[in-house]
Amino acid sequence: MNYEVIVVGGGHAGCEAALATARMGHKTLLVTGNINNIADMPCNPSIGGSAKGIVVREIDALGGEMGNNADKSLLQIKMLNTAKGPAVRSLRAQADKIIYPKNMINTLNNTDNLDIKEALVKDVITSNNKVNGVLLENGEEINSKIVILTTGTYMNADIMIGDTRHREGPHGERPSNYLSDNLAKKGFKIKRLKTGTPPRIDKDSIDFSKAKKEDGDKVFHTFSFDNDPMYDIDKQVPCFLIYTNDETHKIIRDNLNKSSMYGGLLDIKGVGPRYCPSIEDKIVRFSDKERHQLFLEPESLYYDDIYLQGFSTSMPYDVQEKMVHSLSGLENAKILKYAYAIEYDAIVPTQLKFNLETKLIENLFTAGQINGTSGYEEAACQGLMAGINASLKLEGKDPFILRRDEAYIGVLIDDLITKGIRDPYRLLTSRAEYRLLLRTDNADLRLREYGHKFGLVNKEKYDKFLKKKNDIEKASLEFKEKRLTPKNNDYLESLGTKPLKDGVSLYDLLRRPEINVEDLTKFLDNEYDVDVLEQVSISSKYEGYIKKALREAEKLKHLENKKIPNDIDYDAMHNLASEAKQKLKEVRPNTIGQAMRISGVNPADISILTMYMKWG
Amino acid sequence: MEDTIVAISTAQGVGAISIIRVSGKDAIKIVCKIFSNKNFFNAPSHTIHYGYIMDGNEKIDEVLVSLMRAPKTFTKEDVVEINAHGSIMTTDKILEVLLINGCRLAEPGEFTKRAFLNGRIDLTEAEGIMNLINSKTDISRKIALNQVGGKVSSMIHDLRDDLASIIANIEVNIDYPEYEDIEEMTIDKINSNLSELEDKIDKILKESKNGEILTNGIKTVIVGKPNVGKSSLLNRLIGEEKAIVTDIRGTTRDSVEANLKLDNLILNLIDTAGIRETDDVVESIGVDKSIKLIDQADLILFVVNYNERLSEEDLIILNKLKGKNYITVVNKCDLDKKIDDEKLENVIYISALKDNNIDKIGDRIKQMFNLEKIETTDLTYLTSARSGAILRKVLDSVKEVRKGIKNNYPIDMVEIDLKDIWNLLGEIIGESYDEELLDNLFSRFCVGK
Repeated sequence: MNYEVIVVGGGHAGCEAALATARMGHKTLLVTGNINNIADMPCNPSIGGSAKGIVVREIDALGGEMGNNADKSLLQIKMLNTAKGPAVRSLRAQADKIIYPKNMINTLNNTDNLDIKEALVKDVITSNNKVNGVLLENGEEINSKIVILTTGTYMNADIMIGDTRHREGPHGERPSNYLSDNLAKKGFKIKRLKTGTPPRIDKDSIDFSKAKKEDGDKVFHTFSFDNDPMYDIDKQVPCFLIYTNDETHKIIRDNLNKSSMYGGLLDIKGVGPRYCPSIEDKIVRFSDKERHQLFLEPESLYYDDIYLQGFSTSMPYDVQEKMVHSLSGLENAKILKYAYAIEYDAIVPTQLKFNLETKLIENLFTAGQINGTSGYEEAACQGLMAGINASLKLEGKDPFILRRDEAYIGVLIDDLITKGIRDPYRLLTSRAEYRLLLRTDNADLRLREYGHKFGLVNKEKYDKFLKKKNDIEKASLEFKEKRLTPKNNDYLESLGTKPLKDGVSLYDLLRRPEINVEDLTKFLDNEYDVDVLEQVSISSKYEGYIKKALREAEKLKHLENKKIPNDIDYDAMHNLASEAKQKLKEVRPNTIGQAMRISGVNPADISILTMYMKWG
Repeated sequence: MEDTIVAISTAQGVGAISIIRVSGKDAIKIVCKIFSNKNFFNAPSHTIHYGYIMDGNEKIDEVLVSLMRAPKTFTKEDVVEINAHGSIMTTDKILEVLLINGCRLAEPGEFTKRAFLNGRIDLTEAEGIMNLINSKTDISRKIALNQVGGKVSSMIHDLRDDLASIIANIEVNIDYPEYEDIEEMTIDKINSNLSELEDKIDKILKESKNGEILTNGIKTVIVGKPNVGKSSLLNRLIGEEKAIVTDIRGTTRDSVEANLKLDNLILNLIDTAGIRETDDVVESIGVDKSIKLIDQADLILFVVNYNERLSEEDLIILNKLKGKNYITVVNKCDLDKKIDDEKLENVIYISALKDNNIDKIGDRIKQMFNLEKIETTDLTYLTSARSGAILRKVLDSVKEVRKGIKNNYPIDMVEIDLKDIWNLLGEIIGESYDEELLDNLFSRFCVGK
């Protein structure tokens, strides 16, 4: 059997990559170590979150699967940051860890051009630095034009608990023992990373009366632009908030040297994520804090595990028992799975091109945690982008690169490649300079055209999108044309806003903070969807800021248009600081814009670079 | 910039010694070609060598040559400095043989530019050095020195740190909304933090204005109706203080016509045309012209006659001076008092003819511009126009943000402005976005699963 594309790994990146290439018409094979573990959620039982929720919407707009799949698998959902402004709103859902993978596997099985095989990949077969296929651990060779590696945390994975270290993938899965070393032999720089997961507790052994209940929103949400809500708003499953206490802290401090990370193991090389510190880290680094928040999150309706968010640790079992039992409401808790830290190999992402193809080997793509990111959403969006770009490569078309002002996905990939990583990379709203443009509400307006162009958004969905776009224009026009006059002052005063002296358009009235778009719809001739009205409202209320962001984005485009020649010789620029020279040689940015964002490249280096380009 | 550059670093003219500086990767090789002491080539860094500069077999001068190898030099390149005897002829001859042997004549400021481009100094420091080179008085030299030492940088760093902690707090609220025990950066708190920031920037700008005054001089005009003694005053100011008056007519955009050094102050006199007429000719500078000049000046010396009642013209000028920095100089105090001086403010009584009280004027100027203490206190000012302009932009932005807050903009909009300000401050010290903010975020807040 000959495949055009082989995707190695069945996690969130692998699923999106395989679906994208198959849906774009390319014969695809998904190779995974354990078919039952496809789309597994080995850590927290949630999809979305600040910034990440917007990425899920972007994946959906482009025709990816994560948003749709999450909608079908919800335990609860809420919109975060509603009071903090439109740019930072983001959906977060608790997803059922049984249902989510089940739905994803169904989708994969029902996709044309896509086969699934259970096996571990030993090596990528290449000739003349170009992909030929993969070599399996059993010695079998499978040919393909493209290979996409989405190995997650499986390459040379070590599970660490206390003073023990085992060569094992998450939850005792078989790790990938050869691939990483074989990639290194081909010249790839490998980086050791670390992450961790907290213990799981038996639901029936927890006294929830001592915890604070956290419910889902009482309004409906969906990640996908095409789905109607599929859940019962009143039957959402709650989470609970509890706190650590003095005793917990004392136990941790007394046993600190038993933690793998604090002396239990002396050979740790992996760099752990800053944003995902273990509870030991929190106690040590923030010793003056009296308590730390923990969340009890349900993993599934079909089994009893409660995920103890905020309590990730690499303490030995007996200490974990003591730590858990010190928590209020968990005095008699039964630990079903112990927490562990995991160390794994990733490739240094500055070795990638902007289409996620490696610079060293043509037609080899990588996506997800292998690129040094963390998080299901970060992985999924890279998988989708790698899948799209692999297909485009096969079709001889230009790569698909999203700019930083177009999508969080663009921010993420640009960050990875131009800045590299120090610790596992998480998306944050603060990483996006143009986040006012990258909102949850307009992901479709930003990206759906692309999805349609690549054949990932079907006609029905695309027509629906076009109608929305038209309606927004129509509604904006109507808001701008319809005027209220002092005759309407009684109504306006009833809304608690200042009366008018002259006629004012609805659009201008909408700028007033105290006026909501719904207050004005009764003056319109046409009826519009809530989504449409929301767009009008945001563009009126934040017009100044949006214009400013667009201006800034223009500047960016200008810098992105300043192309750096491919054959530029950084060694010839004697005045470049040596760190900058090294980084520029490594990343080989395509544009001045990218060069500016490379960490270790200073403004002075950029002026030397531009001077050299001008006169060199 | 592979060239090796050379320039005569000391002032042109006859001094005891002059220094010729060479910088670049061939500096040592080139100097070695023309230096009699061949041990020099392999000598350790930061050493001084005695010998002759040679043109072929001809000795040009007996010199001391300092050898400084990269990177611990001003430009971070190999630097050689030749201490030669100070005559113009020998110095020029040495320059010439260096040029013949492969050096290129440096452009003005090129050594500093290289120091900046090679990462030896940051932008503010580079500006400081340019100021240092150009500094006219002792105090402005001190200010420039402080800028070189990075004092301005550290001041901007402080402002930026303040802001970064506000931003990090907002970010953490946005990215980790579930953390209820982290302080919520509310609009009210931001507002009070911003008002502090505004005060700090305001203060720096005010002090910088003074710094600017010390470095660049005070734009000064002498006004008054004809015949009150403006030119005598000018001559006294010049003569009495034995100041150097440089006539640089038409060479500056501010139409500064003379730089007058008064103690540690520089007065840039604008439009002296009218004053220079002799007393017995009706002065061309009339009331209309005075009024025009008042608007251009930082300081106005308003001259009136002790021996006359204030005229209609005097009162018109006086009216125009409201809200300006001015000193009323009542001249001709050697004559009888006829002036009705109760309307006058900030008065100094002098007699230009008898040379009475002229020295009080300098003291009063220092008082007015708050320059008295400057000689002893920290001299940290933004002396460059670029930094000043950016800082003023920052101040405007801060005001803009506070307006946004008043209009109930949500916190994410407000934060966009805060980040702009943070970036602007970065521009002053030539630093741009890096991981700084994130580091701040994760070092200050305990968040994460």
